[in-house]
Amino acid sequence: MIRFSSVYKAYPNGAMALKDVTFHVSKGEFVFLTGHSGAGKSTIMKLLFGEQRPSGGEVRVSGYNVSTLKADDVPRLRRRLGVVFQDFRLLEDRTAEENVAFALEVTGARTDTIAARVMRVLTQVGLSAKGRAYPRELSGGEQQRVAIARALVNDPAILLADEPTGNLDERATRGVFQLLRDINNGGTVVVMATHDLDLVRQTVYRTIEMRDGSLVYDSDVDEAAAEAR
Amino acid sequence: MKLLTREALLSFRRAPLLSVLSVTTIAFSLFTVGLFGLVAVNLRAALRGIEERVEIVAYILRGTPAETIAIATQDISAFPEVSDVSYVSEEEALRQARAELIEFRDAYRDLQVNPLPASIEVRMKDGHRDAATVARVAQRLRGFGFIDDVRFGREWVQKLDSLRNLTGLVGLVIGLAFAAVAVVIIGVTIRLTILQRAREISIMRLVGATNWFIRGPFLLEGALKGLLGGLLSLVLCYAGYVLFRDNSGGTLSGLIFFQPMQMVLIIVFGILLGLAGSMVSVGRHLRHV
Repeated sequence: MIRFSSVYKAYPNGAMALKDVTFHVSKGEFVFLTGHSGAGKSTIMKLLFGEQRPSGGEVRVSGYNVSTLKADDVPRLRRRLGVVFQDFRLLEDRTAEENVAFALEVTGARTDTIAARVMRVLTQVGLSAKGRAYPRELSGGEQQRVAIARALVNDPAILLADEPTGNLDERATRGVFQLLRDINNGGTVVVMATHDLDLVRQTVYRTIEMRDGSLVYDSDVDEAAAEAR
Repeated sequence: MKLLTREALLSFRRAPLLSVLSVTTIAFSLFTVGLFGLVAVNLRAALRGIEERVEIVAYILRGTPAETIAIATQDISAFPEVSDVSYVSEEEALRQARAELIEFRDAYRDLQVNPLPASIEVRMKDGHRDAATVARVAQRLRGFGFIDDVRFGREWVQKLDSLRNLTGLVGLVIGLAFAAVAVVIIGVTIRLTILQRAREISIMRLVGATNWFIRGPFLLEGALKGLLGGLLSLVLCYAGYVLFRDNSGGTLSGLIFFQPMQMVLIIVFGILLGLAGSMVSVGRHLRHV
């Protein structure tokens, strides 16, 4: 589903955000992306949803080659992905329902199917009763659930979550994380960038650790190597 | 499509003052262009009447045989620039002079000998009435041996020419200046809308809305404002036209308004102005959202 091959990313000021990063993510995986801020987690995320292009190497996501992606193909790639962020990115002047429906409206979904699809994902994230609420009337955890519902409404193959629990208290964090696990259990690939190491240690999911733009640890590869020894 | 129109119309509600401002700027720019256009249209209509009378008169030497004149007349009427040629005999010239120059009627009546020469009057075809062509044909007429003198309203023709060119030029320059202002104002309005909606646009991008889907409403908004501006300018032009026509004490009662085709052209021009403004702005600012 995701294939990073010797990926480099240099910023215009010359700083190297990524140095020779290689990893694969297969169908059905849940992957943690960890590291300090500035280690390159966000850059990897931006490459994954076509916000940026690699300076070297190849990035493949769900059949698209991001290195050579045309501007017209970026929307197509994004319709196969769901993306959530630390700051939720909801429209304050729209209700939860309208925020989710927005993702369908602007991608040209058939109008008569929108209401049902919105209800389905809101139910999936446990907010079927709060569809009419505005973001300011919802808790942080609930707002993030709306954002996740919006990310899911187009049935993405991959869900990208960039610090999704960064603004949440412990209880909300657990709830959102459980939701992401449920989504992964349904077959969706989940890539979650986080620096919440407690969360990472609680689970057995694959972990990729970044430091200063380099991949320094990949639990899959390193454990396989350890076993081989 | 429904969503597109809704989004485009929403901007009028979001920023009513700016929307009114951009519509009126377009209207005013087109109004100015339109007024000059009206002057040009009317001037041209007036000139056409004058132009049709542009002619060359070639006076014929006394004693030229009638056959020579008849053959020459045929030759001249075969010139590509010439629409028709008429022969005015000495007697006819005298008759015309008596009829037209009433002050001298008595003098002409008492004449024993006719002092007026016979002449050939040459009328030019439409599109060949400019100064250069008229002078060229006159020169060619001088080449006939029996022709004594050639007269034509050279200065008249030249003045008509330059007046028409000047009107066109002034209209064009002022029109362009106002069009530029209109494009800038539309651009600023759209820029403000884009900044106002930056968050919405970035989310649209994130969930995979196509570029055209994001641009569509802004372009439609610009085109709509152009359309409204064009319509408003026609209303203003018509008001101006009626005002001039009815307050001229009858001297301008023959004033004409635009043809339907010309009105459509003004509206189309308005739409293009609106589109140009929004395209420039969308191209420059949408990228940074």
